[in-house]
Amino acid sequence: MKILVPVKRVIDYNVKVRVKSDHSGIDLANVKMSLNPFDEIAIEEAVRLKEAGIASEIVVVSIGPEKAQEQLRTAMAIGADRGILIQTDAPLDIGGVEPLAVAKILKAVIGQESPNLVIMGKQSIDDDSNQTGQMLASLLDWPQATFASKIEMQGQYASITREIDGGLEVIKIGLPGIITTDLRLNEPRYASLPNIMKAKKKPLDIIKIEDVGIDVTPRLKVTSVSEPPTRKGGGKVSSVDELIDKLKNEAKVI
Amino acid sequence: MTILIIAEHHGAELSANTANVVSAAKKIGGDIHILVSGKDIDAVATQAARIGGVAKVLKAENAALDHHLAEEMQSLIMPMAKAYDVLMAPASTFGKNITPRLAAQLDTQQISDIIGIESPDTFLRPIYGGQAIAKVQSRDAQKVITVRPTAFDPVTDAGDAPIEDVSHTKSSLDSAFVTLQAAASDRPELTSARVVISGGRGVGSKENFDLIEALADKLGGAVGASRAAVDAGFVPNDWQVGQTGKVVAPELYIAVGISGAIQHLAGMKESKVIVAINKDEEAPIFQVADYGLVADLFDAVPELIEKL
Repeated sequence: MKILVPVKRVIDYNVKVRVKSDHSGIDLANVKMSLNPFDEIAIEEAVRLKEAGIASEIVVVSIGPEKAQEQLRTAMAIGADRGILIQTDAPLDIGGVEPLAVAKILKAVIGQESPNLVIMGKQSIDDDSNQTGQMLASLLDWPQATFASKIEMQGQYASITREIDGGLEVIKIGLPGIITTDLRLNEPRYASLPNIMKAKKKPLDIIKIEDVGIDVTPRLKVTSVSEPPTRKGGGKVSSVDELIDKLKNEAKVI
Repeated sequence: MTILIIAEHHGAELSANTANVVSAAKKIGGDIHILVSGKDIDAVATQAARIGGVAKVLKAENAALDHHLAEEMQSLIMPMAKAYDVLMAPASTFGKNITPRLAAQLDTQQISDIIGIESPDTFLRPIYGGQAIAKVQSRDAQKVITVRPTAFDPVTDAGDAPIEDVSHTKSSLDSAFVTLQAAASDRPELTSARVVISGGRGVGSKENFDLIEALADKLGGAVGASRAAVDAGFVPNDWQVGQTGKVVAPELYIAVGISGAIQHLAGMKESKVIVAINKDEEAPIFQVADYGLVADLFDAVPELIEKL
């Protein structure tokens, strides 16, 4: 079985973002960039399926700048076999290549690669849209299982436990299909140094976004990006009695 | 302008967030229709019809729609989708699962998790886990939107909309519901609770979380947790409040033993009143708290439970 894992280069999740002074977007200059955490979980899951003898090949694909090769190499160090970069200089967080365009490009890649399964992050931590997996499934006319916390392969089917608001839901989908990952699915391994070295020799194809033949004109116009209103806090109470008094008589919430 | 709201329900109860989504729809303006779908949904349809400002309720009664599988919902909604200018759903796991499938079919770029409406085509939405707010204008004629319920006050006036049956053709895609392990709890649901008590790494263990739960029960609240507490294995992931968990905005939020990482603040800073109990007076949580109590939680929480 062949698994395709789309991955994204995003600002590292520990970094506090800075809004550009002209309010046109987020300042990404000289900021630490990483693999989107949910995508890292997707790669780990694919690698585990390969180690279990279920998957035979793992292809990682990214849409992003030249430097997104770093994230593809990271994915290959975890255990993916080869990488494809659809190269673009357009922003990937907002005002550039949007989820619908990404889904269309991934559909074209899938037309070439014919994977049996796509595992991808449920959302990227930059634009937080949570759309691409579902859109890709829709465009391909494939079933989907979003927010997976457990995946069990059963021949031509996958049984997936989904983290939904009211608890855990188990569904079964026929393959080919799309699975999007939630945090609980696994804990990604750290790539070992020998594997990092090996990853440098794995094949990585670079394709210019123009050569994919998909219209990626943004549909959303970003009018402005601003800091969220800051909350005025900092009030202190000195005892539990004072706290109860304030909650009862000042805030009137209990 | 005609707007379709895809409503969420659990059993015979329409989700409370429907009234919030209707509120957002009213801000856009136009005829508002609500779609309810599933098995044995007479009561749900009646509840939807009573929300003020709703022009019509569409009722799709069909066993295949019982668990709202995304493929079935796509098959249900697509035949009627062209008649609407806007399709809306709550930005819950229910809505997030379904709407992008519709947007892709309609070739429109979905706008996720809106928290404000500037005009019928311009919306505010949080990005980077709420660290920034983007104002975006849609160039698409048809709009697909998910709404963050806590950002819109629910509609409270009553209505009496007509209910119309709609038919459903089963999806040909291969997906099936197997089972649901519902979170077994008598406590209110985290995202709609009036009071939320959350514990962090400072709580120290799974056993110590009993203390947080006892305080929640005393106040009739829900229990939440920081990602640190979830990662440490103290509590299940569906209790997580934050960028990678749930976004809550209760009337009262009590953060116990939580330092206040950006990722946690993103999930709770819209709460009306925030209380922080932490022994580290430098903890960032105090900067957003209305009432901060610098104390050992193992002294303060039992005292609080006793005196409430």
